Amino acid sequence: MFEFSLLSAMTFLPLAGVVIILFIRGEQEYVARNSRYVALFTSVFTFAFGLFMFLQFDSASAEFQFVEKSNWFKPFGISYHMGVDGISLFFILLSVFLTPICILASWESIKVRVKEYMIAFLVLETFMIGTFCALDTVLFYTFFEGVLIPMFLIIGIWGGQRRVYASYKFFLYTLLGSVLMLLALLTLYAQVGSTDIIVLMDNPVARDLQMWLWLAFFASFAVKMPMWPVHTWLPDAHVEAPTAGSVILAGVLLKMGGYGFLRFSLPMFPEASLFFAPMVYWLSIIAIIYTSLIALVQEDMKKLIAYSSVAHMGFVTLGIFTATTQGVEGGIFQMLSHGLISAALFLCVGVLYDRLHTREILRYGGLVKNMPKYATVFMIFVLGSVGLPGTSGFIGEFLSLLGAFQVDMLIAALASIGVVLGAAYMLILYRRVIFGVQVNKDAAGMPDLNNREYGILLSIIVLVLWLGLFPNVVLDRVSPSVDKLLTEYHSKLEVAAGFGNVIVGVEGEQVK
Amino acid sequence: MELLAVFLPLFAFLIAGLFGKKIGDRMSQCVTCSALVVAAFASILLFFDVVGGHGYTTVLSPWISSGEFSAFWALRIDQLSVVMICVVNIISACVHIYSIGYMSHDPCKARFMAYLSFFTFVMLMLVTADNLLQLFFGWEGVGLASYLLIGFWNNRDSANSAAIKAFVVNRVGDLGLVLGIMLLFVIFGSIEFDIIFNNAQLHSQTMFTFFGYDLHALTVVCLLLFVGAVGKSAQLGLHTWLPDAMEGPTPVSALIHAATMVTAGVFLVARFSPVFEYAPIALMVVTVFGALTAFMAATIAMTQFDIKRVIAYSTMSQLGYMFFALGVSAYGAAMFHLVTHAFFKSLLFLGAGSVIHAMSDEQDMRKMGGIYKKIPVTYALMLIGSLALAGIFPFAGYFSKDIILEAVWADHTWFGDFAFLIGIIVAFMTAFYSWRLLLMTFHGEPRMSKDVMSRVRESSSVILAPLFILAAGAVFVGFVFYNMFVGHHSIWHETIIVLQENDTITAAHNAPFWIKRLPLLMGGFGIVTAYVFYFWIPSLPAKFSSAFKWIYMLFFNKWFFDEIYNRLIVRGVYCLGNIFWRSGDQNIIDRFGPDGSVKVSRKFAGMLSRFQSGYIYQYAFMMIVAVIGIVSWVIFRVGQGF
Repeated sequence: MFEFSLLSAMTFLPLAGVVIILFIRGEQEYVARNSRYVALFTSVFTFAFGLFMFLQFDSASAEFQFVEKSNWFKPFGISYHMGVDGISLFFILLSVFLTPICILASWESIKVRVKEYMIAFLVLETFMIGTFCALDTVLFYTFFEGVLIPMFLIIGIWGGQRRVYASYKFFLYTLLGSVLMLLALLTLYAQVGSTDIIVLMDNPVARDLQMWLWLAFFASFAVKMPMWPVHTWLPDAHVEAPTAGSVILAGVLLKMGGYGFLRFSLPMFPEASLFFAPMVYWLSIIAIIYTSLIALVQEDMKKLIAYSSVAHMGFVTLGIFTATTQGVEGGIFQMLSHGLISAALFLCVGVLYDRLHTREILRYGGLVKNMPKYATVFMIFVLGSVGLPGTSGFIGEFLSLLGAFQVDMLIAALASIGVVLGAAYMLILYRRVIFGVQVNKDAAGMPDLNNREYGILLSIIVLVLWLGLFPNVVLDRVSPSVDKLLTEYHSKLEVAAGFGNVIVGVEGEQVK
Repeated sequence: MELLAVFLPLFAFLIAGLFGKKIGDRMSQCVTCSALVVAAFASILLFFDVVGGHGYTTVLSPWISSGEFSAFWALRIDQLSVVMICVVNIISACVHIYSIGYMSHDPCKARFMAYLSFFTFVMLMLVTADNLLQLFFGWEGVGLASYLLIGFWNNRDSANSAAIKAFVVNRVGDLGLVLGIMLLFVIFGSIEFDIIFNNAQLHSQTMFTFFGYDLHALTVVCLLLFVGAVGKSAQLGLHTWLPDAMEGPTPVSALIHAATMVTAGVFLVARFSPVFEYAPIALMVVTVFGALTAFMAATIAMTQFDIKRVIAYSTMSQLGYMFFALGVSAYGAAMFHLVTHAFFKSLLFLGAGSVIHAMSDEQDMRKMGGIYKKIPVTYALMLIGSLALAGIFPFAGYFSKDIILEAVWADHTWFGDFAFLIGIIVAFMTAFYSWRLLLMTFHGEPRMSKDVMSRVRESSSVILAPLFILAAGAVFVGFVFYNMFVGHHSIWHETIIVLQENDTITAAHNAPFWIKRLPLLMGGFGIVTAYVFYFWIPSLPAKFSSAFKWIYMLFFNKWFFDEIYNRLIVRGVYCLGNIFWRSGDQNIIDRFGPDGSVKVSRKFAGMLSRFQSGYIYQYAFMMIVAVIGIVSWVIFRVGQGF
């Protein structure tokens, strides 16, 4: 370990950028340009911190690393406690990787209130990193809820025509969940007497209380994921958000739900998790099939991808609650992979939207002629989304299905129907946009990707293929923490069941 | 050597795919073709290396490891895979060279060559896999290549639909395969071939419970794997994509949809012979499906007019042969037929491509005819291919089809007999539709416009040269490799495992004389019948089709599979999607969820806001009312207290 408090530095670095941007004065043009550059440099610098952390991370350890702890609010025992383990590591990396991409993606498309926009994004970045680093529930809650504010503004100010409706819907849904979570956190504090996440993990509460608390947390995380039937905010939010907003929303914000399940639900409420697992399975199955079917009939590109996100996140919840190594690791991997692929898909839609200002599929067609580079790039992400082996999408889907299969074959079989439907709606989308006859003259005249767009998308392609071909980069670092999580989970269950007369859903149970 | 054979195509793909624009079409063609030719030679050397000795596995790098689950990138080189490597690389090299000529007028040559090389690479990854997940990588990879190549002419609507159909239908099959892989992992705790094959016997009695039923684990595994094979190899039920796949350029049809990719299912079952041997019910299902497919496809092939579709249905039918051979544990015979079929069927396809080229892109046989003198070389090559397909001595198809039919006869089970009966009938039909194709295409009166007829020319040598190689294969592969594949000392050793009581190939060698000669006889009979129908009495087909109108319509409309699927599944899925979206999301969840609560709270707020009217006297009135209320309540409570 070293003295330098890396996590705090990384978390609050974007705020330093915000301060600088605040001091920029002068001509509108000048302010816009400078705030873009400051935001970009700040976020790239933060990304460098992230990479440094990745390199310093001890992949053999299951413990929290880079831990910082100091008293914050002593009378209540609230501390400023930060740390990273294998589970949160890659979410932080995802956040710091996607922020500069978002800023680059908004380089030209955002023309009004550029300064405020950049500030919103940098603040958002701080909150995102903080959420994944926080090891104290109060700290976590602050960051977790803080995310809502810049996101609400990004949708509400720089969004599309129905942006106000969408941002309120987004806010209402998520707030409702968070309020319940806050109550649960207060109850936990009253019961255990600590707000420290590690302490809470080690001191499970009574079974009945677990049930209620689990449900309260579930309300919050399920909205964030989003799971069926609280997913309807997502299509609206995505459709109205500016491109970069969608990217962050799909790329990072949705993952907070999954992260929450792993950080709170499984370790703190093992009995409740086991009890409610079948419900989660069925909700996931419904999400996968139901939203895939809906995606099939969409006419709006962003809506289609938004619905597909819900389906993909269904695999995550399915995997996590199987509480098997493959399931949980698959869930984490699926979140990362979806973070990259769906972010890229939204960027791809953004490229078209910047040119023609419509998201309607019918207005495009035959783009392969005038945008061959774009067609290739888009194809790769479509294939990633379809879960083709060799892309990162496959690893996550396969592992989470494998986890599910060990617990219940029927569930896995039903979930895999989503894979077929996924292929159908993505390929049909691709065909309608890229192939066929050019009906719209404006669409036929659109220029191909410029270097900025090409560079952004290429960097994501490299990651998607790299993770698809060599996923152990992630899995090796994730597995110690996941193993620890699951060992503790199962041992807590055994303790709760009075040593041994409980059937735990581990591998091979089905086979006699 | 194996690295050369497998990774040269990848190298070719990367060069042509990434730098195709920079280095130009000519250069991309040179790079891909020479890479493939070298790879083909490397694989032939590899074949002779391995065939006498032992197989080995080259591990490249770890792929996935999660808990006990792990998969590696590896090349498994043994007798079975080396045969497949040879077939894939040789045919692919021929098709690459052929494509230079065939695609010479296409604007996207580099892209086409890149896709072909990509296909070759993923197919090689499939056959050299030493675990199920790498096999699945190849399996989906060839699906992708097939998708890209079917939809190569992407401004055609029909090509795009065909491409999507191929991918999605294949995905349905892949679903079975994935579930099979997972079940294997649960049973064996590993997805490595060696571990599974070595322990298959231990688990031959393993049962597991599903929905309260006790199921035989290995049977379920095999059936699931077979679902995958059904999808990829276009067997009954999931076959509808194959005929549509003919929308792709003809070299693609030859390489992917005749010689290599569609045989992946056969390879899969042969590879899993150590497991299938312990699942007799699964073998029975394989046999029955194979036989039904062979029959159905042949009936359709007899009625189609598109030259490529006839050959496509013929491919399906021949794949059916391979599957029922697998079903009676004659894995060697199936592999033998796979190899011979690869040669003569790609010959037929490429020959058909040459014809289509000569006829200015016309594929309808009703508009052909009378051209055998104008393109004699193509005609001769097609004739060789048809002779081999019809199973005429001494062409390749004769040997492989014979041993299959003898093996199913020697199986002496009801499904073996069933497959034998069908096989004999289909042998007749095969010869019939092959000659129907030849006669309609090359003989009779010219039915094409004079303009086109005057432009009919023999194809260039770059198109014909690869055909000669394939033709040589179609002639010689049969008797040269007979002993190696299905003889008493076959090359398979431990790669194909057959239980003592299932050894139909050995039994087949003792089949009576009439069994051995019957297929040939039926083939000859089929040819003669075709002559009667399409040469001597040309009015007969029309009479026949009107006399048996119902049956003819059934065959001609491909047994209505597409119609049924469209009505039931495609429409149903869209309908459900719409219902879920409009009723589920918008009318139920949103209406009673966020929008509903917004409405309620707005109403409530509206009511509350009425209180804030701004009139002092109203406020004063409210205050008085409240004060009175509070005071009386207090008095009431105090009064109660006493």
